[in-house]
Amino acid sequence: MTAVTTVCLAVLVVAGLLCLVRLARPGSLADRIVALDTLLVVTVTGIAVAAVRSGSGAFLDALLVTSLLGFVGTTTVARFMERRGP
Amino acid sequence: MSAADLVVAALLLVGVTLSLLAAVGLNRFTNVYSRMHAATKPATLGVVLVAAAASTRMADPDDTVKLLVVIVLQLITAPVGAHLVGRAAYRGGTPLGPLTLDELAEAEHRRDG
Repeated sequence: MTAVTTVCLAVLVVAGLLCLVRLARPGSLADRIVALDTLLVVTVTGIAVAAVRSGSGAFLDALLVTSLLGFVGTTTVARFMERRGP
Repeated sequence: MSAADLVVAALLLVGVTLSLLAAVGLNRFTNVYSRMHAATKPATLGVVLVAAAASTRMADPDDTVKLLVVIVLQLITAPVGAHLVGRAAYRGGTPLGPLTLDELAEAEHRRDG
């Protein structure tokens, strides 16, 4: 199982880097929100894969908090953008 | 590897591949709405698959419950967040790209009176 999780974590690193590339490229505010949201999803997935790798639930609280923080952050910035425009 | 291990490995690989496809889609698609189309799939399905795989590997039943809570919350919050971002982008005047028919504009016009 360690080999599988190593492959998974490598793929997630590539996905996270691609999100950062999208974030750095020129784009609207909505583009950046979507890129950051995807980066958080990649982080949540990575924590879950790390939990499989270690077999311990030590980081599951962080997983829960990160996923909820992603929702609250996205919602807040979306409300802000709706008032301010792109 | 037992059969259970194979199932867990398959769930992990599919979930992680979804995340990678979303990140590729973010860079390849041409406007905000099509990028969101790519980005919102792993937010539900990818996280659910990986969390389901992890929940079968936990020694402590409490940890399994925590992962199930993550799955339920993610299924509720991810579509709501995506909807809010899409609405904010639309109302903020983000260009619609190659769309030729915009029925939402009529509905918004009716709402505003």
